[in-house]
Amino acid sequence: MSLLLQLEGVTASYGPSQALFGVDLSLGEGEVLALMGRNGMGKSTTIKVICRLLHPQDGRVTFDGRDMAGLAPHRAARAGLGLVPEGRRCFGPLTVHENLTAAARKGPWNIAAVETLFPRLGERRGQIAASLSGGEQQMLSIGRALMTNPRLLILDEATEGLAPTIRQEIWTAIAGLKQRDGLSILVVDKSLKELGTVADHATLLEKGATVWQGRFADLTPEVTDRYLGV
Amino acid sequence: MSLNRETTASLIVMAALLSTVLWAEATGEPFTITLATRAAIFALAGIGLNLALGMGGMVSLGHAVFFGIGGYAMGILASHAQTFTPLTTWPILIEGTNAMPVIWLVAVISSALAALAIGALTLRTSGVYFIMITLAFGQMFYYFMTGWPAYGGEDGLSIYVRNGFPGLNTLDPIQFFAICFAFLACALWLYIRVDASPFGLTLSAARQNEARLRAVGIDPFRIRLVAFTLSGAVTGLAGALFADLNRFVSPAMFSWQTSGEIVIFVILGGVGRPIGPVVGAGLYVLLEHTLGDVSDYWQIVLGAILLAIVLFARGGLTGLVLGRPLPHG
Repeated sequence: MSLLLQLEGVTASYGPSQALFGVDLSLGEGEVLALMGRNGMGKSTTIKVICRLLHPQDGRVTFDGRDMAGLAPHRAARAGLGLVPEGRRCFGPLTVHENLTAAARKGPWNIAAVETLFPRLGERRGQIAASLSGGEQQMLSIGRALMTNPRLLILDEATEGLAPTIRQEIWTAIAGLKQRDGLSILVVDKSLKELGTVADHATLLEKGATVWQGRFADLTPEVTDRYLGV
Repeated sequence: MSLNRETTASLIVMAALLSTVLWAEATGEPFTITLATRAAIFALAGIGLNLALGMGGMVSLGHAVFFGIGGYAMGILASHAQTFTPLTTWPILIEGTNAMPVIWLVAVISSALAALAIGALTLRTSGVYFIMITLAFGQMFYYFMTGWPAYGGEDGLSIYVRNGFPGLNTLDPIQFFAICFAFLACALWLYIRVDASPFGLTLSAARQNEARLRAVGIDPFRIRLVAFTLSGAVTGLAGALFADLNRFVSPAMFSWQTSGEIVIFVILGGVGRPIGPVVGAGLYVLLEHTLGDVSDYWQIVLGAILLAIVLFARGGLTGLVLGRPLPHG
């Protein structure tokens, strides 16, 4: 399995406050990697660094063998990173169809494919995004990222705050993306049980640094208790 | 084909404008036709601005630059044609012209190039800085033209003959109106098409949240620059027609008051509404004509109306009648 994404010794700050102190991570083609840690440990900051929304101070981010240093955020996305940001963040005044159209790039993912993955979006096609339920907005956010035909889908807390039935629907979709489409996925989530159904590997962060990497199946209760508090 | 209410309203307003002119022609009121032509040209300039302001959220106070460039494209070419002197003899001979299609082409290209250059510098800023820089560009052009004696300087340029269009008598008010109305209809169609296109959607998305747009791989700066250039080109065409209507151009076309008036057309009618600038320009010309006869201070009434619209009808007159805008699709 070829390496798609690699972070080596990444450090980053928000102004004077350092948030990352040395993050290492690697994700292979077609693999699902769970990025885990307690609140405030640097998961979302790591995603911002990968997507070039935050410039690292030190370390190296490589995507598909290409050093991402100096790349503008939109060029990073064009390189194949599809981000589903924390908090959904659709284009509220645009309709479902328009949200998807605005992000569209050539490739196998088109509006029909997204509506097959999430039939609810097909039913709400002409509805403005701001009027959708939280779960539907999350589906739209995932759909919009897929419309860019990414090589790596990055899901930041994609199921947070959603009803259990909607969460299940989204986890089923994520599993489908892995098994049926062979998409590489980096997923940040707190649901250990659901992550276990899709993730191949896991990386655990503690105080802005990588403290554990390995196969998801090798996570022991001691490790999860120590770094995740579960 | 089913029409949504915005398109239906656009057709009704355009039909009303056309009917007014046909009525004026039938009753022998050429001045009313000239007023309608003036409104159509202002509306065209407003649609140009609406592409930037309504769709892209770019509050430009420098659109007089493009209006003025379009006007001077006509003025310079026509003045050389009427004096039989070439614009330049080196490196190639360029003669003046009275042909409207050539003048329009030069007006559109030169104003688009100016918009591209100004946009490339100003769109790196946003908010109040963008407003002030576009205003500064307007003033730069204004003072440049004021100090350019070859083309009339502060006094401007008078053109003694109206430029020609094959097969039409452009001195006939209704025939000149027909040209302006055709351009207005095309610009309105262009606006509606752009608004519903993927480009229009990304422009709208850039207005809502730049970071989200970057996250899907689109550079908001480029999208805005294309829209700003298109906006400048349409406004430049309006400037060329306005110069032809008056057969006169002056640095006032570049003034901040002109930029402000174009913004007023859009706000009165409804920012981001396709027919908004047509309604706004129509009302402006109506007030200018009716109240202008009563007092030189008619703008006080315009100011009060503008204030009322900003405070109580954020969607302008179009919003007042049609309600909130429909989703694009």
